Amino acid sequence: MGSNSQNKSYEVQQSDQISEDIEGYLKEQEHKSFLRFITCGSVDDGKSTLIGRLLYDAKLIFEDQLATLENDSKKVGTQGGDLDFALLVDGLAAEREQGITIDVAYRFFATDKRKFIVADTPGHEQYTRNMATGASSADLAVILIDARQGILTQTRRHSYIVNLLGIRHVIIAINKMDLVDYSEETYRQIEADYRKFASNLNFSSITCVPLSALKGDNIKDPSTNMDWYDGSTLMSVLETIDVSKNTEGTPFRMPVQWVNRPNLDFRGFSGTIASGEVKPGDTVIALPSAKTSKVKAVVTYDGDLDVAVADQAITITLEDEIDISRGDVITELEHRPEITDQFQAHVIWMHDRPLMPGRPYLIKTTNKTLTGEVTELKHKINVNSLEHEAGKVLELNEVGVCNFSLDAPVVFDPYREIPAMGSFIVIDKMTNTTVAAGMIDFGLRRATNVHWQAVDVDKAARADQKRQRPVVLWFTGLSASGKSTIANHIEKKLQVLGKHTYLLDGDNVRHGLNRGLGFVEADRVENIRRVGEVAKLMVDAGLIVLTAFISPYRSERRMVRDMLEDHEFIEVFVDTPIEICEQRDPKGLYEKARKGEIKNFTGFDSPYEAPEAAEIHLQMAEGMTAEDAADLVIAKIEERYLLS
Amino acid sequence: MTTLTHLQRLEAESIHIMREVAATCDNPVMLYSIGKDSSVMLHLALKAFYPSKLPFPVMHVDTTWKFREMIEYRERFVAENNLDLIVHINQEGVDMGVGPFSHGSAVHTDIMKTQGLKQALDKYKFDAAFGGARRDEEKSRAKERIFSFRSAQHRWDPKSQRPELWNIYNNRIQKGESMRVFPLSNWTELDIWQYIHKENIPIVPLYLAKERPVVERDGMLVMVDDDRMPLQLGEEPEMKMVRFRTLGCYPLTGAIESNATTLTEIIQEMLLTKTSEREGRAIDKDSNASMEQKKQEGYF
Repeated sequence: MGSNSQNKSYEVQQSDQISEDIEGYLKEQEHKSFLRFITCGSVDDGKSTLIGRLLYDAKLIFEDQLATLENDSKKVGTQGGDLDFALLVDGLAAEREQGITIDVAYRFFATDKRKFIVADTPGHEQYTRNMATGASSADLAVILIDARQGILTQTRRHSYIVNLLGIRHVIIAINKMDLVDYSEETYRQIEADYRKFASNLNFSSITCVPLSALKGDNIKDPSTNMDWYDGSTLMSVLETIDVSKNTEGTPFRMPVQWVNRPNLDFRGFSGTIASGEVKPGDTVIALPSAKTSKVKAVVTYDGDLDVAVADQAITITLEDEIDISRGDVITELEHRPEITDQFQAHVIWMHDRPLMPGRPYLIKTTNKTLTGEVTELKHKINVNSLEHEAGKVLELNEVGVCNFSLDAPVVFDPYREIPAMGSFIVIDKMTNTTVAAGMIDFGLRRATNVHWQAVDVDKAARADQKRQRPVVLWFTGLSASGKSTIANHIEKKLQVLGKHTYLLDGDNVRHGLNRGLGFVEADRVENIRRVGEVAKLMVDAGLIVLTAFISPYRSERRMVRDMLEDHEFIEVFVDTPIEICEQRDPKGLYEKARKGEIKNFTGFDSPYEAPEAAEIHLQMAEGMTAEDAADLVIAKIEERYLLS
Repeated sequence: MTTLTHLQRLEAESIHIMREVAATCDNPVMLYSIGKDSSVMLHLALKAFYPSKLPFPVMHVDTTWKFREMIEYRERFVAENNLDLIVHINQEGVDMGVGPFSHGSAVHTDIMKTQGLKQALDKYKFDAAFGGARRDEEKSRAKERIFSFRSAQHRWDPKSQRPELWNIYNNRIQKGESMRVFPLSNWTELDIWQYIHKENIPIVPLYLAKERPVVERDGMLVMVDDDRMPLQLGEEPEMKMVRFRTLGCYPLTGAIESNATTLTEIIQEMLLTKTSEREGRAIDKDSNASMEQKKQEGYF
């Protein structure tokens, strides 16, 4: 066969260069271009076979791997003893046994023109999330179509998801041509059908290639079985296609990831450039604080740079000392990103437990984690028909358009304009798993002016005036455990020390602010939420706030902690055994609970979830007075929080 | 408009990952195995935080059976770069006299390496540990996330990995749980060598060919690095020009015969050979899916 000898001569040429001019070879390698792509296709489309074939043809299969492959092909292969290329690719043991690909696998190969990273993802509808994952970091998609089947529902689904994630270039690999007698007519029909369908999507290039992954037709070498096809082979398209984005004039954005502060003389802001470029002397603005300065230097380990571009990880120093922290975005003055706490986004749900509008989730953007909720599920998108459907919840692998509301503003650009500035993940607060991927469409209102620029006297200024660090001392524990008594002592002592304080007490709040709330779970949650908000306002006013609430649920204490900044929330667990509480019973509540006269009493028919990692744990052993406990707390907070 | 080269992109991605950990984890550590991948990882970390020093310690889990030259190199490298080094040895294992010759490779690796690592992670309560593993090394690694979740028992569950999109990493954990973070996930072996070459990164001399005393055992060339190696009947150490493609415990790391005495010669040789990298390690050979199993149990 012609193709084989061609392979060999290519190999020899390369080997000669490697043997004779290794330095030259390495120089060339260094400047090779690079392509990340994803392959989509369902189980029977031969996707793993295609990738195995690409690796094999790129001479990426080593001898020992080939030996394993030969062995495995005999044992579990589906090609009747022939090499089963799919076995090279399907990594996890469970997959090898079931013969399916259930996760995203990354593969690496190179030719003399390019280096490639392939995300190999499963095609079944139940793996939409894996496909989206693979597509999120790809510049191109290879979508497989079985020539015998033509365009199927899954082809539409794959194309839609790839398009949604912002991939602009697709190669339609019409596979298994050997099984349709290499028929030109079949190929032309599928190509026409696909181009018609894809006219609704945003692809900037569509390349169709007829091939057989199994037999090697039009993979690396032109097939002798399809003389009617005068286009490029798959490998040749992959090697030459230009996927570079038109970055001319894209605005500069750098989300600040880490503040680089080795000593008092150096204050740098480290991050990966999301778009545009930056040079020393550029005027920049930090958002959302809206403070401007000029770039002093673009610092790297290898020396200062004259210019840095998108995707580079750099450190910027500024002419002025302005306060910037992780979560801020440094951007150019013109063409600023938007700032909002409400936006519309496309969401791919990735978890068994469906998306519930109204439930708080963590929203993580490129450099910031916030709490937020979906205020409205506007519609779902049927990934097969692409039609809009109404729905109350979003289930695993469903795509929806949602309105989000966040607890703080986020700096963003629409995903379709600057993906790195418009993407986010959704994290479940209880399990910490990633439950969704989101792409921001547009902001629903501008939070810029209301929130930030007008405030000249801020929290820090108010706290400075009072010469203290505002915090919340959150006392939690059973009824009659001594929370209020201890908090009272502490407030008195802090007064003596010249601190400005306020004590929020459970009973008092329930007589006013929270009159009307009962003791069922939902009301208890709301009770704590309101107290948390009030405490937050008081912290903003610069006060040291003491709160004394049973606050039995971990998640609600967590909620309040999340409302505040780091180190502002100090959980104090008043750990008094229930027997002692019941003995004290100053309000006679335990007695009533015992008689069944009050319901939902913590410790009886309503649970108390003890803190797992309270900042201060007061073990109220026999003989320890509230005064002792107060001294202990003061000592701790003085040491750790109040004296800076 | 400048476009980044392949290596520049990989470098930037690794730096981004490291900074993310430094910015969001309470108590991270960088695992340091002294091998070439570790050397690249450390070099990238120096870049990521420059001009600051590394905001986390570096930890070597020492099985006590490493090549002597590895330990010498470690001490020099740590001193030169002002690193904060923790060396952890599984003292229980040492007390039990565990070693590759007396207990076999599987038991030795499990106790001195896997258990040793778990001990160290528990002892220092690290919530994130950087490792130098790459996805091109082995099939099950190809599917592991960059931020890879470990249960409080240090187990990896390949079936319930968190989806990982864009460069947004979810590193949230509960108390006791931890993250293994692999900043070199997308590098290939060739990338690593090219980068070492381009950046002039020092490596342990064992990677370069030299006359070394070896015996051939079960088809593997084992270097006699100290007198703890019991010689079998008829075995006589022979001086041969050999080098190592990977570095680990000397009794478990097979040498290859080679005349490559410079970095470029190594790369040249690597490009011209056709045996994949882990071939020289005894541990992978037990069964095909063995790496996946080891990883589930907490091995890197």
